[in-house]
Amino acid sequence: MIRFEDVSVTYDGAAEPAVRGVDFEVPEGELVLLVGPSGVGKSTVLGAVSGLVPHFTGGTLRGRVTVAGRDTRTHKPRELADVVGTVGQDPLSHFVTDTVEDELAYGMESLGLPPDVMRRRVEETLDLLGLAGLRDRPIATLSGGQQQRVAIGSVLTPHPKVLVLDEPTSALDPAAAEEVLAVLQRLVHDLGTTVLMAEHRLERVIQYADQVAVLPAAGAAPLLGTPAGMMAVSPVYPPVVDLGRLADWSPLPLTVRDARRRAGDLRERLAAREAPHRTPPAPSPRPTSTPAPSPSRWRIRRTPSTAPTPALPAEIHALSVRRPQVEALRRVTLTITPGETVALMGRNGAGKSTLLNTLVGLVEPSAGTVRTGGLTPHRTPPRDLVRHVGLVPQEPRDLLYADTVAAECTAADQDAQAAPGTCRALLTDLLPGITDDTHPRDLSEGQRLTLALAVVLTARPPLLLLDEPTRGLDYAAKTRLVGVLRRLAAEGHAIVLATHDVELAAELAHRVVLLAEGEVIADGPTADVVVSSPSFAPQVTKILAPQQWLTVAQVREALA
Amino acid sequence: MLHPGAWWLWSLGLGTAATRTTNPLLLALLIATSAYVVATCRSRTPWSRSYSAFLQLALAVLLIRLVFAVALGSPVPGTHVIVTLPELPLPHWAQGIRLGGRVTAESLVFAFYDGLKLATLLICVGAANALANPSRLLKSLPGALYETGVAVVVALTFAPNLIADVQRLRAARRLRGRPDRGVRGLLHVGLPVLEGALERSVALAAAMDARGYGRTAEVPPAVRRTTAALTLGGLLGVCAGTYGLLTAEGGTYGLPLLLAGVAAALAGLRLGGRRSPRTRYRPDRWDARAWLVAGSGAAVAALLTLAAADDPAALHPGVVPLVAPTLPLWPAAAVLLGLLPSFVAPKEPS
Repeated sequence: MIRFEDVSVTYDGAAEPAVRGVDFEVPEGELVLLVGPSGVGKSTVLGAVSGLVPHFTGGTLRGRVTVAGRDTRTHKPRELADVVGTVGQDPLSHFVTDTVEDELAYGMESLGLPPDVMRRRVEETLDLLGLAGLRDRPIATLSGGQQQRVAIGSVLTPHPKVLVLDEPTSALDPAAAEEVLAVLQRLVHDLGTTVLMAEHRLERVIQYADQVAVLPAAGAAPLLGTPAGMMAVSPVYPPVVDLGRLADWSPLPLTVRDARRRAGDLRERLAAREAPHRTPPAPSPRPTSTPAPSPSRWRIRRTPSTAPTPALPAEIHALSVRRPQVEALRRVTLTITPGETVALMGRNGAGKSTLLNTLVGLVEPSAGTVRTGGLTPHRTPPRDLVRHVGLVPQEPRDLLYADTVAAECTAADQDAQAAPGTCRALLTDLLPGITDDTHPRDLSEGQRLTLALAVVLTARPPLLLLDEPTRGLDYAAKTRLVGVLRRLAAEGHAIVLATHDVELAAELAHRVVLLAEGEVIADGPTADVVVSSPSFAPQVTKILAPQQWLTVAQVREALA
Repeated sequence: MLHPGAWWLWSLGLGTAATRTTNPLLLALLIATSAYVVATCRSRTPWSRSYSAFLQLALAVLLIRLVFAVALGSPVPGTHVIVTLPELPLPHWAQGIRLGGRVTAESLVFAFYDGLKLATLLICVGAANALANPSRLLKSLPGALYETGVAVVVALTFAPNLIADVQRLRAARRLRGRPDRGVRGLLHVGLPVLEGALERSVALAAAMDARGYGRTAEVPPAVRRTTAALTLGGLLGVCAGTYGLLTAEGGTYGLPLLLAGVAAALAGLRLGGRRSPRTRYRPDRWDARAWLVAGSGAAVAALLTLAAADDPAALHPGVVPLVAPTLPLWPAAAVLLGLLPSFVAPKEPS
């Protein structure tokens, strides 16, 4: 259905091709997953299918790409619109109209389908994607998962033979991601649609794939094979595969179910070791200046022995935030102690970001009190506040204004009134290899996040907040981030992460706070909270239940 | 769903009526009428909230008009001096401009009437915006103009997105420890905001391209040439006809040429629509209710125009000498005709 014949793409002004030697075929009715570290050209390969590369992006494409027999060399994207449906990373930049029903019809209108056919397909698609209740709703008022489903629906209505998706679940909470993936599976199984999809969160998607194409490194030719076979050689893999590799299972299990069947042996071996029951995840390898808070006392610990300031990093009492339409937060009470890492989890729109924004004074509470380091955030001048609390926003780019990394670091030193060179030293320490003259926009997602982190850390805030830090990060970047954050926690920084990434929470957090509709519905040690929740439990926990292991690293350490 | 064109005709009718009078009582009645209809008929959508923005804009226009009348003086002669501001002496070449000086009650009342007229017009446009999504009007455009229309609507959504970006980035300045208010803050985020907006536009353009925006159907070369000839000829005819109508000696050929030009241009557009294979999904139907809604607006406009010709004194209360405005009875009753939509328009189930 999709055929790449020795394709290489060179963008204008680039010395090296972005991808080279791409030569594979995706048969009809298969779901093929494109995996690889960030920056290896996954988006380029996807763009070549819809013809956006090179017709829209520019550059030179050598070789030949054919979709349903049409050569993308002679067909522009609009002439492929009836066979290829494309959904990009950000659904919001995909919408042309403003209500759900019109959006579903837009593609068909462009193709000139008769009105009665359009009417029928819109109704069918509304049912298929479970959007019937939302048909008249303005798109701007939908949640992230609903928007993603509308985006998929809007390219489904012209009945394309091929669906191309770039990270369809990376911005979604676990439940919404399941929703979207269930729809994709139904399309592949019931309608015979061919799907080519790139995704970083393999733990969510690998079990749905018929084949996996691995792009091992920039400029390297992709390998295509069965999921289990490819996972054995892939540089990126989900925790279930990591555990399988650790336990030498062959073939590698891809789902929790497969792994559980094989895990009896491993569970027995682990039963003898000390299970990490009711203890925080593996502490940092370096000696800590502040001892990790003991779980039984985390709520009442007020004066840690070595904390530099007597005021706690954050104290929130009966906090409520009202917005014109909704109540974003309702009577939230939370205390954060030095050296503690807290994961804020919950659905899209549960109030995680609002809570973080309240802590840095971007949002004013309607009722209740917030104190960060003894100060009231929204009444404190920004210049003083940065020394008590720092937030890395969901889009780290928002923090960066300068046109080179060096200028950004100099500005950060001035803003924080730190010694010149502080920020640059931090950056080199966190992630070596970012050159001074790079434009922040040209950095990869992971590098940009690290730069924003260094900028925020220049003021040495005892409380560090991160909003959805792993969005768009590959496993390698995520591992580096985990290392950096562990070290900061060991140095006594309190860290609060708002995240959908259960694996990250399991790796890092001492404590998990679950939010739903603006209320705290669970607050306790990570092991206790995530183990009991089917959607927030990490894969290792599900595989080794009833034993309470959270991460592969813990298992590896226990077996060593 | 009522045809959006009906709402626009209705509100333009009220707006036209507002331009026919300076009587503050009639203008207030027009504002009240449009506000009542908006309150009863608007749906719960983001664009329906634009009404309050238009109200604020109208208030600002009124205030600015008054401030100008106070600061720059007014040509209206008056005897009731309220206050005398210090007058700024200006050089002789700036004759005719005055800064400061006497402020009379007459000039203020005149400015108030004038500003209120403009404010009412704005509020009527705001009502149309709140009641009918402007992008739905697109569905009624001829096929040849549709794609241009989509581009215009997308360009219009650029502004709200830009404002949201500015707010977000100014907030982010706070995270860097810089003040998040003031003009400097605004200037500083300018470049990143524009970069972000440009990036989003490019992403949207890519998405639209991939979804078939701008697909064309094959048409025979003869049709293509006829389309070009009709459109160009029609536009030339319109230009020449308009010129003829406006000049003194062109009275005879002006009107026929203009009409022929318009007809040719319309035929060109219709033929041009063949190049676009687009179809319409559930187009809005123009039904009896739409006739009633549009008709009520047109009736208000027509009756007030008639009233202005019939009894100009009642619709333009004098300011020199100052007299209290009175409510002329039958024009007021005519304005109330504009309430008809609140009875005939379909309501959203709440």
